[in-house]
Amino acid sequence: MAEFFDDTIAAISTAMTASGIGIVRVSGPDAFEIADRVYMGKNGKKLINQKANTIHYGWITGKQGEILDEVLVMLMKAPHSYTGEHTVEIDCHGGVIAMRKILEQLLLAGARPAEPGEFTKRAFLNGRIDLSQAEAVMDIISAKNEYALKSSVKQLQGSVQKEIRSIREKLIYQIAFIESALDDPEHISVDGYGEELLPIVQEAEHEIRRLIESADKGKMISEGIKTVIVGKPNAGKSSLLNVLSGEEKAIVTDIAGTTRDVVEETINVRGITLRLLDTAGIRESANQVERIGIQRAREHAKDADLILYVVDGSAALDENDEEIMQLIKDKKCIVLLNKTDLELCIQAEDLKEKTKAPVISISARENQGIDALEECIREMFFQGELSFNDEVMITNIRHKHALEEAEQSLLMVENSILDGMPEDFYTIDLMGAYEALGRILGESLGENLVNEIFSKFCTGK
Amino acid sequence: MAVIEKYFDIVVIGAGHAGCEAALAAARLGLETICFTVSVDSIALMPCNPNIGGTSKGHLVREIDALGGEMGKNIDATFIQSKMLNRSKGPAVHSLRAQADKSEYSRRMRRIMENTDHLTIKQAEVTDLIVEDGICTGVKTLGGGIYHAKAVVLCTGVYLNARCIYGEVSNYTGPNGLQSATHLTDSLKEHGVEMVRFKTGTPARVDGRTVDFSRMEEQLGDERVVPFSFSTNPEDVQIDQVSCWLTYTNEETHEIIRNNLDRSPLYSGMIHGTGPRYCPSIEDKVVRFADKNRHQVFLEPEGLYTNEMYIGGMSSSLPEDVQDAMYHTVPGLEHAKIVRNAYAIEYDCINPIQLNATLEFKNIQNLFSGGQFNGSSGYEEAAAQGLIAGINACMKILGREYLVLDRSESYIGVLIDDLVTKETHEPYRMMTSRAEYRLLLRQDNADLRLRKYGHQVGLVDEETYQALLRKEEQIKAEIERVNNTYVGDSEPVQNLMKQYNSTLLNSGCSLSELIRRPELNYQVLAPIDKHRPELPEDVQEQVSINIKYDGYIKRQMKQVEQFKKMEGRKIPEDLDFNAVGSLRLEAIQKLEAYRPMNLGQASRISGVSPADVSVLLVYLESTGHKG
Repeated sequence: MAEFFDDTIAAISTAMTASGIGIVRVSGPDAFEIADRVYMGKNGKKLINQKANTIHYGWITGKQGEILDEVLVMLMKAPHSYTGEHTVEIDCHGGVIAMRKILEQLLLAGARPAEPGEFTKRAFLNGRIDLSQAEAVMDIISAKNEYALKSSVKQLQGSVQKEIRSIREKLIYQIAFIESALDDPEHISVDGYGEELLPIVQEAEHEIRRLIESADKGKMISEGIKTVIVGKPNAGKSSLLNVLSGEEKAIVTDIAGTTRDVVEETINVRGITLRLLDTAGIRESANQVERIGIQRAREHAKDADLILYVVDGSAALDENDEEIMQLIKDKKCIVLLNKTDLELCIQAEDLKEKTKAPVISISARENQGIDALEECIREMFFQGELSFNDEVMITNIRHKHALEEAEQSLLMVENSILDGMPEDFYTIDLMGAYEALGRILGESLGENLVNEIFSKFCTGK
Repeated sequence: MAVIEKYFDIVVIGAGHAGCEAALAAARLGLETICFTVSVDSIALMPCNPNIGGTSKGHLVREIDALGGEMGKNIDATFIQSKMLNRSKGPAVHSLRAQADKSEYSRRMRRIMENTDHLTIKQAEVTDLIVEDGICTGVKTLGGGIYHAKAVVLCTGVYLNARCIYGEVSNYTGPNGLQSATHLTDSLKEHGVEMVRFKTGTPARVDGRTVDFSRMEEQLGDERVVPFSFSTNPEDVQIDQVSCWLTYTNEETHEIIRNNLDRSPLYSGMIHGTGPRYCPSIEDKVVRFADKNRHQVFLEPEGLYTNEMYIGGMSSSLPEDVQDAMYHTVPGLEHAKIVRNAYAIEYDCINPIQLNATLEFKNIQNLFSGGQFNGSSGYEEAAAQGLIAGINACMKILGREYLVLDRSESYIGVLIDDLVTKETHEPYRMMTSRAEYRLLLRQDNADLRLRKYGHQVGLVDEETYQALLRKEEQIKAEIERVNNTYVGDSEPVQNLMKQYNSTLLNSGCSLSELIRRPELNYQVLAPIDKHRPELPEDVQEQVSINIKYDGYIKRQMKQVEQFKKMEGRKIPEDLDFNAVGSLRLEAIQKLEAYRPMNLGQASRISGVSPADVSVLLVYLESTGHKG
C-alpha cells in the first residue's frame, strides 16, 4: 500500500494561534530530501543521513539563503510515523507568518500542499490507524473537504475570481482553436500559430504573476480573525467599525436599519489582523432587503472567530437582544456596552451575568473605551483563546501553489513555442495551466473543451 | 406451427461496421456465430461519407488492426486515395484518412464474412430478445425463428425505428431507403433498457460528369501512401489515386438557406432527435456561424464504379427544391445533377451508461452492444466497439478474462470510457483532444500498445506476435545505442549541421541531443552515425519519435503511473454505495447510476468529488477490497 502515494505532502498541522510555536509537517517518500533543501543544520549535517527518531536543531532558509526561522526538526522513518511514511516535523518558533513561509519553501522544494484530511487518509491506508476507525476517517475526510471547499470559494475575493475566470476563458479559447484545427486540418489552419500565441501566453503569465504577488500580500483571500459585529439596529455597530478602522467605511445615521448588507474591513489591532464585518442590526423586520441583511448577519455570526456584541446602553434589553444572546452563546465574544455618553439604563454586571463574556463600556461616538477593547482582544489572542480559522491560510497557500503551477505550465508553453515544437504540443501545457486555475475555483475540466470547440469553431463534414 | 429453432454460441444483430467486427472476432475465436442483417447486400455499407479514418479515427482503425480486427485490411484493399493528415504537426496527431471505393469496401467485407469458418450470415429482422432471469439467451426473428445463443451482441446502427427526413418528406426507412427495424426497440424497453433518440444527416450526391472541376481546387493523395494495417505490405498500397476537389459556399448560398429556414424540419420542430454539434448541417452552420461568409465544400468520389460524388460539408434536411437551388450556387456545381438528395435520419439508440466498460449491459447478463446503437457516430467508432463487444461476448462464455482497454493505452479505451462514464447528449465522436495521454497513443505505435492484447485474446497469431516482440527489442536497443553515441565537432558533423541550418557544435554531443533539435531527426543523422545498424523503417520511426519527444513523453508516462493506480482499485460489482458512510448524496446517486468498475472511473463521473473518491478508497481498504 505504501507505494500508492508517490508524492510528498506538507501542511501546517497546528492551529494558527499567536502562541509562537507551531508544527509544519512533511510526509511522503521524499520527505527527507525536500526538508534538506530548506534546512540548514547547526552542525552542517544533512537530515537524510540522520537516524530515525532523532531531533535536530537548525534553521529554515529562504530563496536567497536568508534565515526564516530557528527550528527543531524531528525525523521519523517509514513505517514508524503517524502516516506510516517518511515524516519530518518542523517545530517553528516564529509564529504564524514564519510557519507560512516555511510551508511555502517546502512547496517550492517539491512538496505538494496536503488535501484536507490527507494525513489521516494516508495514515489509514498505510495501516497506521485501526480498521475499526474507518468510518471516523471517512467522516474526517468528508467534513474537512466540505469545509475547505466552502471556505475556498467563498473567501476568494470577487475581483480575483473574476480575473482567474477571464484568464481561463482566454486559455480555453486558444486550446479550442488549436484543437479544432488539429481535428479538422482541412478547414482550419494553425501553421505558424506560435507567433500569435506567444504574446497571449506571456500576457496570461503576467496576470498570473500579479495574482501570485497579491496572494503574497494576503490580498487574494481574506485572512485574519473573522470578527463579526452584531447587535440590534442602531446600537452603534457601524460607528464601532469606523472607530476601529479609522475610516468612514460604514454609513452611520440615526435611522435604525441603515446597514443592510455586510461591510467588511481588515484592520490591525496591536499587531493582530482582524477581518472586521459590520452587519445589519438583528430585529424582526418587514422589509425584505433588510431581512436578507439580517439573515446574512446570522450566517456570519455562526462562523465567526470572534463576536463583538454591541449593546445600546441607553435602551432596555428586549426580545431582539435575547435572540442575539442565543445566537452567540457558544462563541468567543466581547460585549460592548455602548453609548456611555448617554444615560445608561443597563448595568455592565447584568450583561456579564447574562452573556458570560467580558463586558467593556464604550462610546463609539466619543471614541471612549476603545483602548480597553483593543487590549482585551490582544490578551485573548496571546492567551491562545482566539485563533483564526487555519483553513483560510491553508487555502491561500493552496491557491498560490495552483497559481505557481499554472505559471510553470505557461512557461513550458512558451518554451515549446520558442523551441519550434509542433502546434499540438502547445495545448498539453495550456491545458495544464487551465486545470491548475480551475482548482482554485473548484471547477474540473469536464466537457468544457469539447463544448468550446463546438460552440466557437465551425468544423465537420 | 413449425418454427425454426437453432442454437448458436453468439448472435450478432447487424452487419454494419460494428456487427462485422463483432461477428468476425467471434467466429475467428472458433465460436459458432450467426450475424443477422436486414439486407445481405448492405454488409459493411458506408451510407454517409466515403472515407475511413481521419483525425483520431485513423488511430482507431490502427488500434482495431493491432487487436486483430478487419477494418484496416479492408480499407487498404479498397481505397482510391489516401492522405496522412497533420503531417506538419507532432506525431501524436498524424492521422491516416483514405477515400474508399464504397462498393468495393462493402463487397470485400462481405467476401471475408462469407468465407470465415463458424460464421453464418442470415437476412432477417430480429424482433425480440429472449431474456430469462436477467440473462439474455437468444433472439426471435420476424419470421418466428428462435435462435438460442450463449451471448448476444447488438449492433443495430441507425436502423431502429429509423426515419429519413428532408423538407416535408418523412420516410420510415433506414439509410438509402433500406428497411428499418421496427420491433426490437419495444422488446428492449420491455426488458428495461432506456432508449433515446438521436439524429444525424448526410449531404446530397451529384453526378460527377455534371461537375465543373475547373472551378475547384484539386486535392491529391499522398505521394507515398502509408497503409492502415500493420500487416499490409507498404508496396501493395502504392496505387494510382483519384482526386478530391475543394470549393466554397458563398453569400448567395447562405441567402437561399436563410430565406428557407422555416421550411427546414430542424427548425420547424419536425425533427426531435439530438444531432451532433460536430457535423452540423449547412443550415446549422449558416445560422450558428453567421459571420462566416463562406464554408468549405469537398467533392469526394464514391468509388471507381460510379460517377456519384459526395458533397462533403453540405449535409442538409431542407426541401428538395431548396437543396437544388442551394447546391447550384456553389462554384463548379452550377449545372450539377443531384442523384440523391441530402437527408437527416433519426433513430433509436441507448443511453450507454447502461453498459459496463466490457460493453455488456449492467442489468442484462450476456447481452453486449456496440456501434451507433451505443450513442456514438462514425464507422470507426462503431467498428472499434463492435470488436470489443464481440471479443468480450466470447470471453464471457469462455470464462476468460475480459478485454477492457484503459485511457492510457488506447483511443478505444478513451471512447468506451467516455461512453460509459459521461453523459452523452449527442452522437459521440472521437477527437484527439479527448485523449489526455495522446503523446503515448500515437497511430504509429498502436501495434506496440495493443498487439499483445490481440494475441492474448486469440485474434493475433503467434508469428505476428513474435515479430512484434522483436520490433520492441530492436527499438529498445537502438535508443540505448543512440543515447550513448557521441559525435565531436568534426568537419562532416559541422557540414551536416550547416546543411540543416542547425547550430554548429562547440564540443562533443550525444546523437540524442541532436535528434531533439527541431530541424533534425534520427534519419537525417545517418551520415555521421557510423555504427548505425540497418533497421526497418518502422523501427527507425519509433527510435526517432521516442528520442525527439522524450521529455514530453516521460511526463505523460508519469501521469499514467498515477492514473493506473486508480484504475487498479477495483470496486466490487455489488457494492452498495448507500452503505458507504460520508459520501455526499449527489455522489451516491451518481455512483449508483453509473456503477463504476474502479476508482479511476468513479473519479471521472461528474458529481463525484475528489473527497468522495478518497472516502471510497478508505472504505474499500477497510472492507478488504484491495483490488
